[in-house]
Amino acid sequence: MTTTAPPSTGSTTAEPARPPHTSDRVRAERRLGWMLAGPAFAVMLLVTAYPIAQAVYDSLFSYRLTDPGNRSFVGLNNYWVVLTDALWWQSFGVTAFITVVTVAVELVLGFALALVMLKALKGLRPILRAAILLPYAIITVVSAFAWQFAFDLTSGFVNSWFAWVPGISADTDWFGQTGTSLLVICLAEIWKTTPFISLLLLAGLAQVPDVLQEAAQVDGATWWQRMRKVTIPNMKAAIMVALLFRTLDAFRVFDSVFIMTAGANGTETVSFLAYRQTIARLEIGLGSAVSVLLFLSVVLIAFGFIKGFKVDLSQARGEK
Amino acid sequence: MRQRRRRRLGTAAVAALALCGLAGCGVSDPGPPTLTWYINPDSGGQEEIAARCTEAANGAYDITVSVLPRESSEQRQQLVRRLAAGDSSIDIMSLDPPYIPEFAQAGFLAPVPADVAAEASDGVVQSAIDGATWNGQLVSIPFWANTQLLWYKKSVAAAAGLDMSQPVTWDQLVAAAQEQDTQIAAQGRRAESLVVWLNALIESAGGQVIAQTADDPADIQLGLDTPASQRATDVMREVADSGVVGPAFTTAGEDESVASFEAGDASFMVNWPFVWPRAQEAAEGGTLDRAVVDDYGWAIYPQVDAGTPSAPPYGGINLGVGASSKYPDLAYQATSCITSDENQAYYFVSNGNPAASLAVFEDPEVVAEFPMAPVIAQSLQQAKPRPQTAYYSEVSGSLQRVYHPPTAVVPGVTGPTAAELIQAVLSGEELL
Repeated sequence: MTTTAPPSTGSTTAEPARPPHTSDRVRAERRLGWMLAGPAFAVMLLVTAYPIAQAVYDSLFSYRLTDPGNRSFVGLNNYWVVLTDALWWQSFGVTAFITVVTVAVELVLGFALALVMLKALKGLRPILRAAILLPYAIITVVSAFAWQFAFDLTSGFVNSWFAWVPGISADTDWFGQTGTSLLVICLAEIWKTTPFISLLLLAGLAQVPDVLQEAAQVDGATWWQRMRKVTIPNMKAAIMVALLFRTLDAFRVFDSVFIMTAGANGTETVSFLAYRQTIARLEIGLGSAVSVLLFLSVVLIAFGFIKGFKVDLSQARGEK
Repeated sequence: MRQRRRRRLGTAAVAALALCGLAGCGVSDPGPPTLTWYINPDSGGQEEIAARCTEAANGAYDITVSVLPRESSEQRQQLVRRLAAGDSSIDIMSLDPPYIPEFAQAGFLAPVPADVAAEASDGVVQSAIDGATWNGQLVSIPFWANTQLLWYKKSVAAAAGLDMSQPVTWDQLVAAAQEQDTQIAAQGRRAESLVVWLNALIESAGGQVIAQTADDPADIQLGLDTPASQRATDVMREVADSGVVGPAFTTAGEDESVASFEAGDASFMVNWPFVWPRAQEAAEGGTLDRAVVDDYGWAIYPQVDAGTPSAPPYGGINLGVGASSKYPDLAYQATSCITSDENQAYYFVSNGNPAASLAVFEDPEVVAEFPMAPVIAQSLQQAKPRPQTAYYSEVSGSLQRVYHPPTAVVPGVTGPTAAELIQAVLSGEELL
């Protein structure tokens, strides 16, 4: 059998020696593309890249806002101070704890709610979706206040409602210890953002082709088998996006901690630490170093998720 | 064609209007200069005083108010960022005294003219002058001065056999509360209110958080490992462990304390005088029994050691003039009007904020509304400001971290730990 040259797949490979030629139409489209995306690109550079670059630059200085005259270059010393401080590692641990707990619970709960929304009767569906999504429409600070008031010893109702639960009495001060404080913070976060994760998962569920489900059913697969072998693998991209977004969000947790405990009883998170150095202490250099480390953590998380899930989102656009 | 012309005319008109708006159309504003006064939230008293002083200025200036956030630390944050950027719209600002050294050292405050300084110190309580001074210079104008009193239920104190006409000690209060099975409301929350309490205990024991202040943080000498500081920690721990503090003690601030006092859970409380107008208002509104308010008693802040006069907390608000203000002279004229005895008396009666001027405490209207006015005046004369340093925020933050919760402070250990942390934080070696 003789081999022949591979068939050409496009006009450009047919005549490789010819210099690339772009037609007027292609050039016009490219220009239009730049004109449409350009402003957004410029705005992104301005609001994202510039502050990040500025923070990296500031983190190399010892710089107090009220004493600009004594600003001095200290190289990586601020990073050394942060990374050798027990408070950083404690805050990092608390942040990681809140992230893992809330994201894990939200994933399970969100998936269950997404299933409920998908399977709900047609007439009931809009009301159910609105009801489930409602907490996400509430501003995080407002939700944090609501949870704080609910659990507060003087204004709260939780102690009187749940006095029958062992360990809860009229005198239970939820924000008086680390464990109970973190529990309420996690509950508030879960309540607030489960709708977000369930909405993303619902979109993923809706994309699983019905024919696959039916085929599996015909083959005699149980509900659990269909879920494991058909549904979940087919919505891997949606799960990845939901987990990634929520993990990044959870790692930057600030509002709930700020409102409920103000960092008392060892509930300080990394964002809170950055806030305190930069805004309360006005130590711009040290605060920028904490912020840059927070940013790097977030980048690592994003990178880890994309690599770990082995999902290429550009596939969805049919580019590969 | 006509449509296109019309559209063009329309565009030109819009552009002209926009330019006009930007450039003010070249018409100069004939009105007097407007001074912006950044105020802390209150019950409308400062806005009313601004209107009064605008009228009294007879066209020399107008005062408008701009409201800052509620928490004093947040007020500082907003002001610092604007002042550091050279915001010229800040003409007058209501400042919480602990932050004044920081503002003065950073050059955010316009120098006080000598005549204004002399007038502002005349007849003003010493603690207010101390709180308005940095490096021996008056850098802000005392407006109103606050101090904490010991509030008590007359019936409970009488039943416990306490003679409240004489100063009482923390030990006596704890014993009385234990005997009467009632609570003492103090502020154990990790917030500024905890530092207020701690500082009052240390000062009342004869010590100081900062023994020797300095411009350079490396030269600041702390007094947290002294016997006085240890004695203060003893008292804090004694109160926390006595079983006479509420279950929410470690998360309670001023508002929680007064709520428990009103509810009858606590019969002794250290708190600012706002509790009195609050109780009166609640009684008038029918949400608090009049008999409860009639049982309110007040006395000078508790002593740490019998026979040693207590050093009650000092608070209040001073007026600073922005260094970048376009009208510093007019702003200082305005501060003279704002802090007149008449306006201070009005502010005391209407908003419940005590005056910095001693003469106001003899105003018949003030005495009628605030029967405890003489005790407040005495308390203000005994009061001691919180640590005077340009790095107050760091000092306070460190104290909050180490002394919270008060149920876990250890005499002889907590003080030196706090001192170490403050030194490390000030030298940029540790996070806060």
